[in-house]
Amino acid sequence: MSNATKDPIARGALAHPDVTRLDDVNRDVLRVLETPGKGWWALFSLAALGLVIFFTSWGWQLYRGIGVTGLNAPVGWGVYITTFVFWVGIAHSGTLISAILFLFRAPWRQAIYRAAEAMTVFAVMTAGLFPLIHVGRLWHAYWLIPYPNSRFLWPNFKSPLVWDVFAITTYFTVSATFFYLGTIPDIAAARDRATGLRKKLYQVIAMGWRGTDQQWHHFGKAYIFLAALATPLVLSVHSVVSWDFAVSIVPGWHTTIFAPYFVAGAIYSGVAMVITLVVPIRKIFGLEAYLTTKHFDAMAKLCLLTSMIVGYAYMSEFFMAWYSGEEIERTAFWNRLFGTYWWATWIMLTCNVFVPIMLWFKRVRYSIPALFVISIFVNIGMWFERYVIVVTSLHHEYEPFAWGIYRPSLTEMGILLGSFCWFGFWFLLFTRLLPPIAIQELKEVLPPPMRKQKEAH
Amino acid sequence: MSTTGGLLASYEYLDSTVDAIEQLKKAGFKGVKAYSPYPDHHIEHALGYDQSPVRVWTLVGGLTGAATGFAFTTWTSVDWPLVVGGKPIVSIPAYIIIAFELTILFGALSTLIGLFILSRLPDMRPSVVYDPEFTAGRYGVYVEAEGGRLDEARQILNGQEPIELREGEGGADV
Repeated sequence: MSNATKDPIARGALAHPDVTRLDDVNRDVLRVLETPGKGWWALFSLAALGLVIFFTSWGWQLYRGIGVTGLNAPVGWGVYITTFVFWVGIAHSGTLISAILFLFRAPWRQAIYRAAEAMTVFAVMTAGLFPLIHVGRLWHAYWLIPYPNSRFLWPNFKSPLVWDVFAITTYFTVSATFFYLGTIPDIAAARDRATGLRKKLYQVIAMGWRGTDQQWHHFGKAYIFLAALATPLVLSVHSVVSWDFAVSIVPGWHTTIFAPYFVAGAIYSGVAMVITLVVPIRKIFGLEAYLTTKHFDAMAKLCLLTSMIVGYAYMSEFFMAWYSGEEIERTAFWNRLFGTYWWATWIMLTCNVFVPIMLWFKRVRYSIPALFVISIFVNIGMWFERYVIVVTSLHHEYEPFAWGIYRPSLTEMGILLGSFCWFGFWFLLFTRLLPPIAIQELKEVLPPPMRKQKEAH
Repeated sequence: MSTTGGLLASYEYLDSTVDAIEQLKKAGFKGVKAYSPYPDHHIEHALGYDQSPVRVWTLVGGLTGAATGFAFTTWTSVDWPLVVGGKPIVSIPAYIIIAFELTILFGALSTLIGLFILSRLPDMRPSVVYDPEFTAGRYGVYVEAEGGRLDEARQILNGQEPIELREGEGGADV
């Protein structure tokens, strides 16, 4: 450690007190890409194994047809749509951290945003599989693309499901673009240290980035504009996903609160997932100097805030169902708490509202093991939130003769489990191929090396 | 690259870099180029940058997207008019969503294209004026010096104590 960090005034201003030199960042972050440890290989093998389960289950469903799932009238949306919404939601906090907090100049985002953004891209990739799985006949999946059929009849653009196609494809394209753009200077940094085949690869994807004044000038502006475009986009995507439900007249779905409620839930689950992912990365790759307890404290506060919004949304849903005086609406919500699927609702409430109350305590927010455990509770709770919304509403609509029970089959569970492994597979590859911490943005928050200052000491 | 040659200096300190750029500018050198490991506004300021035209690309892309979204949905509805769910043939509120998504999509892609064109990317030619340390911790100043002014440029660059000063050749591939 140099003298600069011992200076108490300088130290107070530093986001990363143990990092002093610009090229320290390259050394510490690029080291991650060099040799994968045993921990990485263990996780990667686990993910690869899960991929086998995933493709076996999907293959079985393609071979036998959608009948191998538990889906049937009246519950036509089950684990697949639940998991689709879950992964789209996970994606959201990545864009929140990379774009919205960028526009708000939140100083703690630099160390986390690369991992969060990668999470976004892979989570949308995972979510995007579910409509394909859910349509059953995969070979007809291209019907989702808006083009006229053989009678020149176009898709119905008044349908929320068509909006969803536009929202998800746009979200994937824009978040991948934003992710790639932000990574280019860091790939160049990796290129300048790598050798052999890796150098060749980085040379291609860095596209000849040199870090000239001209490049930085346009890069900075383009980055701001992309952030400004991604900000309303992220808010719109989960709103559109919520309208898949809210625009119908199913009791429990047909509410105006859905868009903000979904967006808050999405960010909530996403921040929790960032914590779940970043804790092991920090440990495995020894990045404690970059991902400090302050960063975790900030994320925990974001979790706490969104947890309260989500909790408030639950309460207002129950209250409005009662206050409306509408019998079917009242039944739907009574049924959520005390009906066949009561356990799912109580898991949701426990994980999303009660467990995160602990985040009010500073000691919990500064304890990384505690945060890791809470974040897993939140992940589980947010999956069950979508399960509750999808299944409890559909299984008990208006007509008593059309009520029914849905039980997920083994195939669906295999695909659900496999989706985590598919996500993990890509994320693990990412940590080995691209710098998992944004090198150039970290350098922006480090004090620049000054000759005059040094001479004055 | 210029055939008359240029000088590339690598600096350890930001203030040396900025001073070197300012002195070169004052001495009337054209074609001063800076390298840095992160975007630095002191350097941009010293080089006298104006607004980046990337914003025009964003605006035009976004507006094109919005227009496309409305035109596309309206045209397809009118092309085969069918009443769905008792809604008007052309339901603007529903189409706002499509138009919004396309605004963002076209705006983002157009920004990216604009950036690539303006910052001359991709540029895969091997570059002689580059130091791999520029992506690590060093700053760089490159100046194109025409014939007789080479010594003057060298003097200015040396005045700020560079780690390394190179003439044209001998750089690294990117």
